[in-house]
Amino acid sequence: MSVLNSLISGLSLGSVYAIIALGYTMVYGISKMLNFAHGDVIMVGAYVSFLLTNHAGVNAWVSLVIAIAICTVLGIVIERLAYRPLRGTGSLAVLITAIGVSYFLQNAALLLWGADPRMFNSLFRGFQTIHAANGSLTITPESLFTILANIIIMIVLTLFVNKTKAGKAMRAVSEDNGAAQLMGINVNQSISLTFAIGSGLAAIAGVLMCSAYPVLMPTTGAMPGIKAFTAAVFGGIGSIPGAMIGGLILGVIEIFSRAYISSELADAIVFACLIIVLLIKPTGLLGKKINEKV
Amino acid sequence: MGTVLTVRDINVYYGAIHAIKGISFDVNRGEIVTLIGANGAGKSTTLHTISGLLRSKTGDIEFLESSIARTPAHKIVSMGISHVPEGRRIFQGMTVEENLQMGAFVTKPDRISHNLEYVYDQFPRLKERTKQIAGTLSGGEQQMLAMGRALMSDPRLLMLDEPSMGLAPILVDQIFEIIQNLNKAGTTILLVEQNAQMALSVADRAYVIETGRITLSGTGEELAKSDEVRKAYLGG
Repeated sequence: MSVLNSLISGLSLGSVYAIIALGYTMVYGISKMLNFAHGDVIMVGAYVSFLLTNHAGVNAWVSLVIAIAICTVLGIVIERLAYRPLRGTGSLAVLITAIGVSYFLQNAALLLWGADPRMFNSLFRGFQTIHAANGSLTITPESLFTILANIIIMIVLTLFVNKTKAGKAMRAVSEDNGAAQLMGINVNQSISLTFAIGSGLAAIAGVLMCSAYPVLMPTTGAMPGIKAFTAAVFGGIGSIPGAMIGGLILGVIEIFSRAYISSELADAIVFACLIIVLLIKPTGLLGKKINEKV
Repeated sequence: MGTVLTVRDINVYYGAIHAIKGISFDVNRGEIVTLIGANGAGKSTTLHTISGLLRSKTGDIEFLESSIARTPAHKIVSMGISHVPEGRRIFQGMTVEENLQMGAFVTKPDRISHNLEYVYDQFPRLKERTKQIAGTLSGGEQQMLAMGRALMSDPRLLMLDEPSMGLAPILVDQIFEIIQNLNKAGTTILLVEQNAQMALSVADRAYVIETGRITLSGTGEELAKSDEVRKAYLGG
């Protein structure tokens, strides 16, 4: 039964990675840049929710909605101010800028909210933990809802990019920016929308993650951000189902490593798996061949 | 007749490279006008400048009496210019139908089904392959899809960049027949071609571009007979 318990915690952690990885993978797909500030948006989302519930007495679910709204706007503003002016200048400048934005967000949080770790109250207080099989199988509401949230987000997002006009425009821009403009698609608008969706999802991931692992500080987003980036690459960067599968596998590997091998080595094992996958299949599990345009 | 497009003294640079050096020409309603010239002469650059993907440092581009030299590319499409770029650049990962829907991105919803029918009429091959992933089509079918996609936005001016590139001779004939049909149906066409012979045979008027400048112009017939053009582009 402990194997099953580990599997559930692994899927739950993996779901958080998957939701964050979506932001990385969609932004990479559409603007071919790695937004390393994405992890820190998670932290901002978690802080917004924390401050609203603990200091302003707002209902936890309402605080989640506000956190999503604020992070959505934050994502759009970051893209507009930091990345858009650099479009067409080469990937190195954008990459360095993304790292700069990441440090900016962490330090702004440090200044505004201090370095002390805060105890985050779970969004699911009041929900019952499920015990089954004579108490040997335990499913916390955090695990259950995180896994459910991931499934719902994946379904909605897949429908969005395949069925709606705005979603199809995003796919068109991802495939060929110039040709998309020749269709009359406003590329700037499409890219803004992608940042908005990715950052809104980051807020959800932040609240879900801090509900399960309740220590919140300005660097809280950094490690999950890197892991989710790893998950996106693992699954094939640019691919939405790839982000989901990459996230889940990574979460399960991490929890099993902690449970059965060594908790000190767990992160090393996670990254070693990434290296092995990339050696065997450089485009990631579901990654497509990159068509270099001449 | 009336002028659809006027290009006046445009100069375009790629970094330090001066690619277009003061080109001027115009296209009248109902015409097929062709720009011919060697690889790298600046033909595609001219089309990219008209559709707004590149910018000219000087001069002006007028389309239906309004200046579009500073209009963003995505707005130029809804004004009525459709550009089929070199190499087709269809959306490889989408189905044929989705590609056509992308072509109708700025089209009024009540026109879309009418235009779709028109495109399937012109290109029956596409109708048989609506659910096929575009990247798996043959070269000729991809060219048809690129042209069909461009027609979905009700263009007043259709710009075609090297539609014959990489196609077997029989397909080239077929594509040029379609170009003439579209023109007869009322679409004004600006055609860029390396296959000068084919281009001149369908064109009302033609311009020869050499290293960023227009060196000759005239009717398609005149240029096809001109010694300079025969020597340089028609193999004697």
